[in-house]
Amino acid sequence: MPKWGMVIDLARCNGCSACTVACKSENNVPISEPVDVEERRFFAWLEVIEHEPEHGSGAGRTRFMPRPCMHCDNPPCVVVCPVSATKLDRDGIVSQIYDRCIGCRYCTNNCPYTAKYFNWRTPEWPEEMKQGLNPDVSVRPKGTVEKCTFCHHRLQRVSDQANAEDREIREGEFSVACAEVCPTQAIAFGDLDNPESTVARLAKSNRSFTELEDLGTEPKVHYLREDY
Amino acid sequence: MTDLTMDAAVSPVENTQPAARSKMDPAFYQKMEDDLLRPIRTRGSGFKITVAALLAVVAVAVYAYITQVRAGLGVTGLNRPVYWGIYITNFVFFIGISHAGTLISAILRLCKAEWRRPITRSAEVITVMVIGFGVANVLFDLGRPDRAMNVLLHGHFRSPLLWDVCSITVYLVSSTVYLYLPLIPDIAICRDRLPNARWFYGPLALGWTGTHEQKHLLEKLISIMALIVLPVAISVHTVVSWVFGMTVQPLWHSTIFGPYFVVGAIFSGIAALIIAMALLRKAYGLQAYMKPIHFNYLGQLLLAMTALWFYFTFAEHLTAYYGGEPAHMAVLQEKVVGRYAPLFWTMVICCFIIPMIILIRGKTRTVTGTVIASITITIGMWLERYTIVVPTLVNPRMEYDRGIYSPTWVEWSMLAGCFAMFALFYLLFTKVFPIISIWEIQEGVEEGVDETKDRLVDYLPEGSRLSGEN
Repeated sequence: MPKWGMVIDLARCNGCSACTVACKSENNVPISEPVDVEERRFFAWLEVIEHEPEHGSGAGRTRFMPRPCMHCDNPPCVVVCPVSATKLDRDGIVSQIYDRCIGCRYCTNNCPYTAKYFNWRTPEWPEEMKQGLNPDVSVRPKGTVEKCTFCHHRLQRVSDQANAEDREIREGEFSVACAEVCPTQAIAFGDLDNPESTVARLAKSNRSFTELEDLGTEPKVHYLREDY
Repeated sequence: MTDLTMDAAVSPVENTQPAARSKMDPAFYQKMEDDLLRPIRTRGSGFKITVAALLAVVAVAVYAYITQVRAGLGVTGLNRPVYWGIYITNFVFFIGISHAGTLISAILRLCKAEWRRPITRSAEVITVMVIGFGVANVLFDLGRPDRAMNVLLHGHFRSPLLWDVCSITVYLVSSTVYLYLPLIPDIAICRDRLPNARWFYGPLALGWTGTHEQKHLLEKLISIMALIVLPVAISVHTVVSWVFGMTVQPLWHSTIFGPYFVVGAIFSGIAALIIAMALLRKAYGLQAYMKPIHFNYLGQLLLAMTALWFYFTFAEHLTAYYGGEPAHMAVLQEKVVGRYAPLFWTMVICCFIIPMIILIRGKTRTVTGTVIASITITIGMWLERYTIVVPTLVNPRMEYDRGIYSPTWVEWSMLAGCFAMFALFYLLFTKVFPIISIWEIQEGVEEGVDETKDRLVDYLPEGSRLSGEN
């Protein structure tokens, strides 16, 4: 069983936000209006966080950090869900069951990465954009929680194909929208358990780290530190 | 058959008891019954105006909730990362208030505190009436209340919220039974005295005639329920605290949250009881039954809880400060010197400084004094719940996601509606059942006085008293 993971090279990210746009379009993530930003209710399964470190060699420079769901191996959001609407799948993806979610937002509160989003209203798209919704991904109703799924619907298709041909999924066969569009190739995606894969090699790099490591959540999204 | 054997077994014991048990003055009994049944017999204009006013507030809350269901939780002030706000604050607060009744009444019964008699009923009603509002606030908070049944269909037992569902259900059932049992003899009095409402009181009285056997059974059941209710009540608020304690969030993830919340619950519970009692004695002219001494004793309990509350609050915050972990410090600073400092310090003044000043001196531990302390404590404890829920969410571990929360009219209306509806339910209860236990006061006069005397004599060395005084 593969263990899907991601490595994001912070030295390569230039903050263009193409990943955010690709993700929104791939996963039918609701459009955020300026008022949503003002009310702090914008959606971005993959948000590019902009910040200026106050200390250290990077002080004073604007830095970027794309943040998807970390797909923890020990996910704090999964244990607290009262209805098992968020689960750790066998292939390591933390999935959401939108039809079961009661919208209590316990999982959003126990996610130390603030990577989960709640539908405050019924999501809406302009008429001309409705044509562009991805038919493989359900549109989430108001009152439920959602987040990055590592483009799980793509995995579904790829593994069906592999099963039909009675073989394993090949390296590079399954990738995620954000990784595909990144112009600087800052995002790598693949099987962390396959030593041949790019992600496995990069995750072992001495620049590699995970966010809030000391919490023991074991994220499957690794970052590569910038060297100045 | 069994009746006979029971009587035969009991009567010899009866005969060995001292013959001269005190009896209640029949004239006084009549007056007491009139006093305590008067709220049920009469419906004054004050009652009607109060009900109308309360219903108006409830109506606004109903409108607010309909708005929320139609538009989604977007109409509240909640946002990312402040996913919980007033509703969850209310949930913790109301479950806390519900500790007034059952727990306090059970402790007083088990301790054989004779002064409990006029107050246990009014305390137990608070529990049963308010616990529903705790549960309701969780439902208000749900994005999909229509799917609430999923908690039973797909229950996930690793989630502290599911532990809450279990413990609150047990608590609601056991405290309802615990309210009902001591109510039976009084329901029988209502059945006999209010012939027009016999259809209602008759079945509820379960054929109570006050025989020795019935009384014996009832007292046994009440003691058993008091024993059961104690650990259940403690478990309920412990589990409520674990909703926060079991997370990894700064200043929620704390080992003392269990006892801290239980202490806070009893604290706010006693305060709510004192306020309710003061309103009852004023509205129904029950000054002769709920006397200043009762307020004085409850005030002493409240004083002990004030000190305990301060101890826990101090320990909790000092530990966080000394540990100095950045994520914890961010929340602590927000509470103590930051944006939530005005609320935090108001809480300290309301929960500790004002009650301490009033309650520590016997002179100010009067009805008015304890009521003032209780009002500030109720406000302070609501603020305590609020400053536990919100500052942590405003300062999540990912420092880029700092947030802010300002509740909207929807949440404030729901808060007001909960209080109004609770008051309404409580008021209606007092119009249907005697709010002071008639039979327990009678029992206090006829048995309590002698029993207490016998017990006190038992504590002393044998033969220490002149003969004939026993």
